[in-house]
Amino acid sequence: MSTKPRIKLPDTARVGEVIEVKTLVSHVMETGVRRDGEGKTIPRLLLHTFEAKFAGMDVFKASLHTGTAANPFISFFMKVPGPGEFEFTWIEDGGARITDRQLLKVA
Amino acid sequence: MRGMMLNSTAGKAIDRRAFTLGLAGVATSIGMGGAAMAQDMPAEVQSVLKTLIGDATPIDGKISLQLPEVAENGNTIPYSVEVESPMTETEFVKAVHILAPSNPHPRVATFNFTSQSGKAATSSRMRLGQTQDVLAIAQMSDGRVYKTKRTVRVTVGGCGG
Repeated sequence: MSTKPRIKLPDTARVGEVIEVKTLVSHVMETGVRRDGEGKTIPRLLLHTFEAKFAGMDVFKASLHTGTAANPFISFFMKVPGPGEFEFTWIEDGGARITDRQLLKVA
Repeated sequence: MRGMMLNSTAGKAIDRRAFTLGLAGVATSIGMGGAAMAQDMPAEVQSVLKTLIGDATPIDGKISLQLPEVAENGNTIPYSVEVESPMTETEFVKAVHILAPSNPHPRVATFNFTSQSGKAATSSRMRLGQTQDVLAIAQMSDGRVYKTKRTVRVTVGGCGG
């Protein structure tokens, strides 16, 4: 349903450091209030959830609603507990998922 | 005699008004409750607030909400929000709700943090259909609720029609 998400992590991080993670995914985020040329309502199609796990632990979650812009950009912070891999998931209305994994290099 | 009665009626009316004004002043000074905060807002905003924070009374403070004062394009308006908190196992920010009360649907996003978050901060991009006061509400681990708002003037609305 979509292209690969773009994720920005610091090149390396230290244990205990608070790092910023930036994410961007291509998606129309159709609100369900717009109408097409014939006056018919365009059905709602949102990515309604974004979740970030690190080394299997929940770190951050966002519930996205109609007021979130298309191609949602979300950044958040994490205190680095040690080495590990991020797992990012976006869930679309209807249940389709976009997932991505990124290894964090911990010095 | 007649004059006395008129005077006394007028006196009562003034007293009542003074009393009402006094009450309003008290309500403002102790911080408006969730219900009071939502009073002037559309029914959908009131029910959303009730769902999100129940009967909690949000107080001003703790939240820094960054938004442009003027947005030329309501379709994508960058914002960031940060809540003061030590973010420890026992004291952290559970959730931040962003609301645009004058949009067709008021909810923008809800962010859930954990004690692993390091700091309760996030940034994203919102849609605004028209000029309005954007609302941020933070729920802390101890049950306290904070609020703040920022006015954004929108030149071209972003909800399409």
